[in-house]
Amino acid sequence: MSTKYIIKRLFYLGVTTLVVSLLVFSITQILPANAATMLLGQYATPDALEALEKKLGLNLPAHEQYLRWLVGVIQGDLGDSLRSGLPVNETVFLALGRSLLLASFSILGVIFIAVPLGMLAAINRGKKVDFIVSFVSYIGISLPEFVLATLLLVWLSHPEIALFPASGYIPITEDPILAIWHMALPVITLTVILTAHIMRMVRSEMSDTLQADYVIAARLRGLSERTVLFKHALRNSLLPTITIIAMDVGYLIGGIIVVEEIFAFPGVGRLLIVAIQERDLPMIQAGALVMAFTYALSNLAADLAYVYLDKRIQYE
Amino acid sequence: MNSYLKRIALQPHGAVGLILLLVLFFTVTIGPVVAPYDPEKFHYSSRLAAPSLEFWFGTDHFGRDILSRILWGSRSTVLLSLLATIIGTFVGCTVGVCSGYIGGKTDEIFMRFIDALMAIPNLLLALLILTVLGANATNAVLAIGISFSPGMARVSRSVTLSIRSSDYVAAAVARGESSIWIMTREIAPNILGPIIVEATIRVAFAIMLLATLSFLGMGSQPPTPEWGLMISESREFMFRSTWTILWPGIAIAIVAITFNLLGDALRDVLNPRTD
Repeated sequence: MSTKYIIKRLFYLGVTTLVVSLLVFSITQILPANAATMLLGQYATPDALEALEKKLGLNLPAHEQYLRWLVGVIQGDLGDSLRSGLPVNETVFLALGRSLLLASFSILGVIFIAVPLGMLAAINRGKKVDFIVSFVSYIGISLPEFVLATLLLVWLSHPEIALFPASGYIPITEDPILAIWHMALPVITLTVILTAHIMRMVRSEMSDTLQADYVIAARLRGLSERTVLFKHALRNSLLPTITIIAMDVGYLIGGIIVVEEIFAFPGVGRLLIVAIQERDLPMIQAGALVMAFTYALSNLAADLAYVYLDKRIQYE
Repeated sequence: MNSYLKRIALQPHGAVGLILLLVLFFTVTIGPVVAPYDPEKFHYSSRLAAPSLEFWFGTDHFGRDILSRILWGSRSTVLLSLLATIIGTFVGCTVGVCSGYIGGKTDEIFMRFIDALMAIPNLLLALLILTVLGANATNAVLAIGISFSPGMARVSRSVTLSIRSSDYVAAAVARGESSIWIMTREIAPNILGPIIVEATIRVAFAIMLLATLSFLGMGSQPPTPEWGLMISESREFMFRSTWTILWPGIAIAIVAITFNLLGDALRDVLNPRTD
């Protein structure tokens, strides 16, 4: 893999992040009421408003405000929350850490469930297993996260059964078992939805591979079915699977917003929803930016992993 | 047209999709007419009543008949999702076709911008847009439409690129046709297939996204009988009265399944791959 390619991709990542930041900034800047009014309430005296606007830099022209904000972001200063007055950084990164934990568990679940099931379906194409996998995945991709989460709550957290806690969060450093127990329902929800998506893709990817010339050639050479499947087909389907999982990080982020809200999990998704409800501008900007950046970064990582693993691909 | 329908119906998932679509069509058109009750009427004496002969799907915490609310809600839920998809498809295709046809630097800039937009997950983008526009059903439709357009632009651009180099486009250029004429008369009809496939699957997403936005309090507002909102309003009572969330949940899933099945069947018919 050429260094030039990596530099080019990093440059694109920079451009993407810049445009996203501009977008997020402008979207939140045209909010109906300005930050000073929101902070002081509608009965604030004009003098007090003016003083605060000056302090927050709201009297500056929009592009200067953006530059000030951007320079801050680059230096790692995302501003202070309008509600709590605390630095946004600490709050957002603490929440991001928790969300990443949730995401990692879900992706692990997907790798161990969706990938094998998709391959099983492809190998047994047209048979009963294939039908069941397809049927279940249709239901999975057609259920919004909030519906599945609510159904799981009713089913597994019913007060009389209470297999899993309905909400709450315990740091994993405090009590790992209790922490995982509290994360179980959000992780199950995310895993099921993602599995439905990824299983389908893996199935169609693997089906294509199984019809590829080199697989047919391997069969014709008289290699055992096991060797054909595991040495030839499986290896070549794993590469596209990485891309598939990376592409679905977008769904995962959307799912995390919903699931954290439902299970009262204090991650970056819930932070964003609360910030939107409270119109806490710096928090909305930081939350959105962090999520978009994570998504862009995961796509980049997937591309690089793909190139690294597949020696046939040569990028300029 | 008829032969397409036949080919869709010949596939198992296409056939199921078409049947569900027919059911959905009747639900949207005559559902509200045959609904047993007014969807907003409170039946005080039978609040949170379990499904029975009187209330087939049970009632919610205000004693409103859930079956009637589902039937009435089908109109707003399905029609608004279709509208959102149409907006997203129209905006996206316009940008995508222009960008792909013009090419060069313009295309490069457009695509960078679209990449950036696509770096924001749909739900997040829709939430941000609704933060600005204010939370209601109309704005939710707009927000979903806008959040769909980058994806549609991507698809239509890549199809446009493959058509741009074809002989009939070259012939039209040689005849001296204007760019707009070529884009609307030569390119647009020929990219229709892939766009229809993409749009059909998007309808399923739109339904789920709209319900999710309403659930989060950013879409339809009470007392609208919107399915996502119905679930959100009944969450307090879900443990004791499961039917209040079960029926709207099933309704959302069935509609989404319908469009997912149709989209897949259409893809097989319109973009055949060797199988």
